[in-house]
Amino acid sequence: MLSLHGFGPLLLEGAGVTLRVTLTCTVLGLVIGLVGAAMKLSRFWPLRLAADVYVTVVRGFPALVLILLTYFGGVTLVNQIARAMGHTRYVDVDAFTAGTVALGMIFGAYATEVFRGAILAIPKGEIEAAHAFAMWSWLTFRRIILPQLWRFALPGLGNVFLVIMKETALVSVIGLEELMRKTEIAVGYTKQPFTFYLAAALVYLTMTLVTMIVLQRLECRANRGVRTGDGT
Amino acid sequence: MNVQAMLNALPQLLGGAVLTLELLALSVLLGLLIAVPMALARLSATRWWRWPATAYVFFFRGTPLLVQLFLIYYGLAQFEAVRQGPLWPFLREAYWCALLAFTLNTSAYTAEILRGAIQAVPVGQIEAAKAVGMHWSLRFRRIIWPQAVRVGLPAYSNEVILLLKTTSLASTVTLMDLTGVARTLASETYLTVEMLTTAGLVYMVIAFILSRIFMLVEWKLSADRRPPGSGAWRTLLNPLSRPAP
Repeated sequence: MLSLHGFGPLLLEGAGVTLRVTLTCTVLGLVIGLVGAAMKLSRFWPLRLAADVYVTVVRGFPALVLILLTYFGGVTLVNQIARAMGHTRYVDVDAFTAGTVALGMIFGAYATEVFRGAILAIPKGEIEAAHAFAMWSWLTFRRIILPQLWRFALPGLGNVFLVIMKETALVSVIGLEELMRKTEIAVGYTKQPFTFYLAAALVYLTMTLVTMIVLQRLECRANRGVRTGDGT
Repeated sequence: MNVQAMLNALPQLLGGAVLTLELLALSVLLGLLIAVPMALARLSATRWWRWPATAYVFFFRGTPLLVQLFLIYYGLAQFEAVRQGPLWPFLREAYWCALLAFTLNTSAYTAEILRGAIQAVPVGQIEAAKAVGMHWSLRFRRIIWPQAVRVGLPAYSNEVILLLKTTSLASTVTLMDLTGVARTLASETYLTVEMLTTAGLVYMVIAFILSRIFMLVEWKLSADRRPPGSGAWRTLLNPLSRPAP
């Protein structure tokens, strides 16, 4: 029903890039989120303040502005650092790096809040009990905190992942050849904007659907052994 | 950072912010008008209402707004019938296309918020309303709607602030909103970082004001649950205060 005039492989190639951007910035975002949550819960106030400022600013800026800022500002910043370190050649920041860093920062800001809530949701008595069993802190973290952190954080992280996956479309604005940009190229050749943007929309919908199924499986697995009421 | 240039650009950026606020206000209002019947259709017992509404919500929540915007702005022109149709004077303007895309997008998210809020109304109250012989519309107006609004408001304020940031996509279809002006100034002055940062800070200020307005509304609507003597201004002026749960 949807004739793509042989541009199907091009769109799929773009979808691959979209997926790569999403997964890379997820890893970056999870790391930032964990560090951010640890900073927010720190007893040392400058760390708390730094994390607060980071989360407020990144969540306050539109994603598009942040992506443009990382792309154009990043080149300036990297070159200033390179010059200070004695490099004389011009260093380029490509769209993939800039887009991934910008989206990773956004993921990280939202994940910080998700992780913070998840850490606070772990019953304090369990950590005290672990200490009473003479578990040292790394073991407590690995055996008691981490499995429950994952369970409490998963629904929130899933939402952030779905939002970020759609925001990768904005990276096309700085010229990265992901799904949206490839679609624009196909539109340029065929002059059939509706057909191709609809095709792109369907690809995004499929990715959303698959993600939702995977998330449900992961949540099921993370909740194994947990008794839940039936709400009556 | 060239602070002087940032201050000099502020009047022009605020001019762009007017268009941003206009797009936001109109799409929030129109989106709400679509969202109420859409939420009711989602909850309908008739599948001919429920399925189309579910598909609508799934499509608009499952695809990037940029795709929806391009589908309307560039896509509709593909059809001869649209170009000859009576709506073409509107649909060829970037402004109306952006407004339409934002409205449809936010209506889907708002419909989901409303659906959850309506479902949160205790069944017993609805049964009681039926028992005293309230008609469906009276029941909705007096029992369901006032309580659903209170439950849904915090999530709705999040959605409005997300939509504020989303309106920055208007700059991708040539509109001179806050981001559009910042991008133009950036390419004129080569002070990209300064211009974009200033624009981002303006967004933050608008978001802050919006969140305070919603807190005031939440405070007004929570007369039955707040402790006596907690003044509105004290709640609003404290930057760390959160709305009542």
